[in-house]
Amino acid sequence: MKVGFVLAYLVLAPIVGGLLDGVDRIVSARMQRRKGPSILQPFYDLGKLFSKEPIAVNNVQLLLNLSYLVILMIAGSLLFAGADLLMTLFILSTADMFLIMAASSDSSPYANMGASREMIQMMAYEPLTLLVAVGFYLTTGSFHVENIIQAPVSAVFWMPGLLVGFMFTAAIKFRKSPFDLSTSHHAHQEMVKGITTEMSGTTLAIMNIAEYYEMILLLGIFCLFFINSNPWSWLVAIIICAVIFFMEILWDNVSARLKWKTVLYGCWVVTLVAGGINILILMLIQ
Amino acid sequence: MKKISKSPWLLHYDASSCNGCDIEVLDCLTPKYDIERFGIINTGDPFQADILLITGGVNSQTEPVVKQLYHQMPNPKVVVAVGICACTGGVFKECYNIRGGIDTVIPVDVYVPGCAARPEAIIDGVVKALAVLDEKRAAMKQSGG
Repeated sequence: MKVGFVLAYLVLAPIVGGLLDGVDRIVSARMQRRKGPSILQPFYDLGKLFSKEPIAVNNVQLLLNLSYLVILMIAGSLLFAGADLLMTLFILSTADMFLIMAASSDSSPYANMGASREMIQMMAYEPLTLLVAVGFYLTTGSFHVENIIQAPVSAVFWMPGLLVGFMFTAAIKFRKSPFDLSTSHHAHQEMVKGITTEMSGTTLAIMNIAEYYEMILLLGIFCLFFINSNPWSWLVAIIICAVIFFMEILWDNVSARLKWKTVLYGCWVVTLVAGGINILILMLIQ
Repeated sequence: MKKISKSPWLLHYDASSCNGCDIEVLDCLTPKYDIERFGIINTGDPFQADILLITGGVNSQTEPVVKQLYHQMPNPKVVVAVGICACTGGVFKECYNIRGGIDTVIPVDVYVPGCAARPEAIIDGVVKALAVLDEKRAAMKQSGG
């Protein structure tokens, strides 16, 4: 069973992630009264990127991006194998460090600025991510995903504040406006493409695939909020995930990019208010 | 699915244009023309671009920039000259600082005339460039690339 889930994640995550990205682009286009590309566009992009001539300013970049991909695959596999949630989150941060190193490995000032912004983003979302893990522990008595999903009631009834906070900070991870400081899915940014400025062809394709793994991993954590011992809760979790994904797209389209200080302080305030109060109440009543 | 023309990313550079053609290039992104439906993204990054779209004639100051952008783009790549200035130098051809059209500096694959070039003409030119892009990819594959 566990092996099945892990294999399904490893095989299907890039496909589902790519399709979600395609849906994202179509929905965004429709919100702007455009037709938008085909739903398979992300796969065309990947095919194109793999067929381009390899250009690298620093050859180590490909290796670092591959490490980013592999470590994300490990983090996701841990989650889908029902292992420790804390471990998943720590490995997720490690993966991000490799991306930062990949961006810092070349001389482009835009890539370096993207790397430092990515670090600021990590500072912004990391406290809340850890609080979410603590919240699951206080609610279900375990950090293990297999125990969390066997709880009699969904965790969200005990930790609504943490869910709101996680939705807020997940926009950073999804690289959605107003938090798309380090790089953006949209073409133009004030610093070219941020961390991906000097990535091209295969290197960029690998980074994109890793992002799809990360997207599915995050949606998996969202599912943890809703899944309980009742099998029907899986369906509810997937539907709510779709709603959350739609809301992230909506937010992306209606907001402009913020300055890094606003992002950092905004996320910390949300962490403190939504996350902190939620944890406090949990500690008092559990 | 392997076709490169399904996902052409575009780099737009203003060599010395009066901004007339530049506005028309940006028009192509608006809801009315929506070039994203061809999978085209207007990227600002030469490392990730497949089509170099240049407006305006080349002058002594922009010549090194045009050359650098062209050489930073990975193969296969195509160049589209948009507007009569980019094609031949236009009314500025005789100016002391103007080299002439883009093809005096780098090889151009598609010429889109007009002053300013209409968005429909630009889209036509880019779609024509896609066919050239596929040919170049096939040639690159044959030579073992």
